[in-house]
Amino acid sequence: MKPILVISERDNVATALQALEPGRDLTLEGGMVSVRDAVPSGHKIALRMIRAGEAVIKYGSPIGLATAEIPAGAHVHTHNLASTRGRGDLEAPRLEPQPRLAEPPDERNGVERNGVEKR
Amino acid sequence: MTDRPGFHGYRRPDGRIGTRNHVLVVPTVICSSVVAERVAAATQPIGTAVPHLAGCGQLGPDMRVTHDTLAAYCGHPNVGAVVVIALGCEQVVAQSLAEAARRHGKPVEIVAIQSEGGTVRTTEKAIAIARRFAEALGAQPREWCDASELVLSLKCGGSDYTSGLASNPTLGRVTDRLVALGGTAVLGEIAEIMGAEHLLASRATRPATATKLIQIITRVETEARALGLDIRGTQPSPGNIRGGLTTIEEKSLGATHKGGEVAPLEDVVAYSAPITQKGLTVMDTPGLDVESVTGMVGGGAQVVVFTTGLGTPTGNPIAPVIKITGNARTARQMADNIDLDVSGIMDDSETLDAAADRLFAEVLAVASGRETSAERLGHREFAIHRRNPTI
Repeated sequence: MKPILVISERDNVATALQALEPGRDLTLEGGMVSVRDAVPSGHKIALRMIRAGEAVIKYGSPIGLATAEIPAGAHVHTHNLASTRGRGDLEAPRLEPQPRLAEPPDERNGVERNGVEKR
Repeated sequence: MTDRPGFHGYRRPDGRIGTRNHVLVVPTVICSSVVAERVAAATQPIGTAVPHLAGCGQLGPDMRVTHDTLAAYCGHPNVGAVVVIALGCEQVVAQSLAEAARRHGKPVEIVAIQSEGGTVRTTEKAIAIARRFAEALGAQPREWCDASELVLSLKCGGSDYTSGLASNPTLGRVTDRLVALGGTAVLGEIAEIMGAEHLLASRATRPATATKLIQIITRVETEARALGLDIRGTQPSPGNIRGGLTTIEEKSLGATHKGGEVAPLEDVVAYSAPITQKGLTVMDTPGLDVESVTGMVGGGAQVVVFTTGLGTPTGNPIAPVIKITGNARTARQMADNIDLDVSGIMDDSETLDAAADRLFAEVLAVASGRETSAERLGHREFAIHRRNPTI
């Protein structure tokens, strides 16, 4: 089994498919990342440095904002990533319905193909 | 017979197809729920009850949802006959539930505790009626039905990182396949679409459908803010977070895979409202598993596929619930609750397409009568969504 899974090429985090120990070097398509923190199986690891306030991307879409600078190889979870949705303390985002009628859902296909099938 | 996939189901007088042939014992109100449960217990497995906590002291919109959900179960294609257990002074009108059953061509009788003269007499009389109905239903044969007659409910619960990578994409492929054959699938849990709505909205066949989806999601977020409440803390749940899911957006992006990649979004409907369009429908349900499944079955789903990472036992009183997991440990540890193990996707020993083949075959077999783990274990959870306080 591969140690990590990158679902979309746009992602800046990967899913650990096994527990990762600090110091381990992981090979990526077009690069390498050194594990910085212990990352439990099923949790996320940063593939590159993510600035505080920058979107964390998984499945090719934003899953929240970094609450602190996240170095490459760090564990990404509730201590450094926060949701922007469904919060009592933030205005609900203004969502614009923009159906791309009659267009194939390339983006979603891309996510799937780059993700699970390609392995 | 053709080469098209199909199943053996019960053709109803209203043209709909059942995958089960239950005698539904329906209490109008919480006060008649215990009697209804006893009547169902005496006539299991054909007899099944929908005990609930409502039916009186409810405000307008909640009262309507309670009534409409119970009426939807009375008219559901998985139900062959109905016994209504009334109290006598409640808000939900027994006659109106009976009328819902009759409208769909089902035999129905009402037994009321106050007019019958107490628990013992009501229970005895209702058991006799339910047994008579059960005997008649037992003689009804199944017939061949095309897969396009299926309305599949898509559900996930107890999600972990395997859900978005294995079980949900497997189910998504089955959704795409079923919809391509002319069938129907329904996705609920609005809070678990939050953050992935752009993917579904882009597949809407009409702009109004995309707008409706966005409006419902915005309503949930606005309500949370108006109440000063935070969806964080419940979404993702503590178990989801231990499993590696950090935010609702992340959970939603994984969860929305259940709806497939290409199936067109045809409709967005209210809780427990009839699902009338072939293709993919989104239903406005809460994320709570039992309330969500209850609503989607009320809408007309005859089979539920429920993906899980951490494992959960949830069933339904009238619809079979198929459990599928991509977590090898859960498949082992909760073997009695799991129908299909697709953990091979995680270690590359099975492809998503091969897993989808197995799941599609399982859906058709269960539609034809194969018992699910939840049915075997007697899991028949039922809960009607409520939004307002009881008065």
